[in-house]
Amino acid sequence: MATSMKAKLAVPVSNRDHVQGPETALVTLVEYGDFECPYCAAAHVVVKKVQQIMEDQLRFVFRHFPLTQIHPHAEPAAEASEAAGAQGQFWEMHDVLYENQPMLDTRHLVIFAEELGLDVKRLVRELENGIYRERVRGDFLSGVRSGVNGTPAFFINGVRYDGSWDLPPLVEALTRAASVESRV
Amino acid sequence: MSATDNQQQTAATQSALPAGTPAPDFTLPSTPDQKLSLSDFRGSPVILAFYPADWSPVCGDQMALYNEVLPEFSRYGAYLLGISVDGAWCHAAYRQQRNLHFSLLADFEPKGEVARKFGVYREGEGVSERALFVIDGQGTIAWSFVSPIGVNPGADGILNALENLQERKVAHGN
Repeated sequence: MATSMKAKLAVPVSNRDHVQGPETALVTLVEYGDFECPYCAAAHVVVKKVQQIMEDQLRFVFRHFPLTQIHPHAEPAAEASEAAGAQGQFWEMHDVLYENQPMLDTRHLVIFAEELGLDVKRLVRELENGIYRERVRGDFLSGVRSGVNGTPAFFINGVRYDGSWDLPPLVEALTRAASVESRV
Repeated sequence: MSATDNQQQTAATQSALPAGTPAPDFTLPSTPDQKLSLSDFRGSPVILAFYPADWSPVCGDQMALYNEVLPEFSRYGAYLLGISVDGAWCHAAYRQQRNLHFSLLADFEPKGEVARKFGVYREGEGVSERALFVIDGQGTIAWSFVSPIGVNPGADGILNALENLQERKVAHGN
């Protein structure tokens, strides 16, 4: 039977992940997100600001958690970000998707890919063949095993963060985690 | 918040049937013209997910999540049944609107009777707790958990319980 403990990240950050910030950063923030989730779009703006404030102190990791039955565009959007990632532009696509959330249909995914200067034919072919479906599902399942129950879900240094993700409390929690880490 | 988070703080205050207890059998409508019994699933693990009401936002997230995790539950040969005091027509509309691919049972008449049998009925509000039971193929409760009513318990507790069941089965060679 389960014992009482803070939910932990079941799958540690590895080179399989999409990572921003140095490996030596004192704090790692992992987000499980869905490109069609409005709360995630709001959190995206907050995370950007947190990154500006914390600079090299912070490593940020994004993992997919698409709720495909209620967000019909979430899965293709997630796969499009992976396809962009295969061409070295995961984060560029990640940002474009969140910043254009009402327009995540296939036509727009193609337009975004064109605007980013990607090999669009390759991206479309890869999406049609579902090349990245398993990758996205893998992220989703790692989230489920970590107790993720909705999006966005955050983990700070591997421990679930259940506090508010408004800018001040999130920065405070991250700063606290950094100072704990620097004393170790 | 995950299932494991709240185990200790809620365990003392709830009277949910614990692991090791035979699950009370029941028969409830799964659609306006069909009924399901727990004993129909004998031989397979069953996940019973009691929730307070169709349409309320947290339930929506919880059921949406389970909808996505269904293939994993199937990998363990397990069936998921949602259950609340809402009527069969309400469930039908809710299932259709949320695109849910599992059965929702109507614990509607006598109201909350099955929730009472499992020790998870909230008398004051007339709804069930947000409670999870994993029942093994022999009809015994293998794991139970009551979440704070406003908190989606996630699916990790269920998957851990199903994994333990499978390991037990392997260990016993049957």
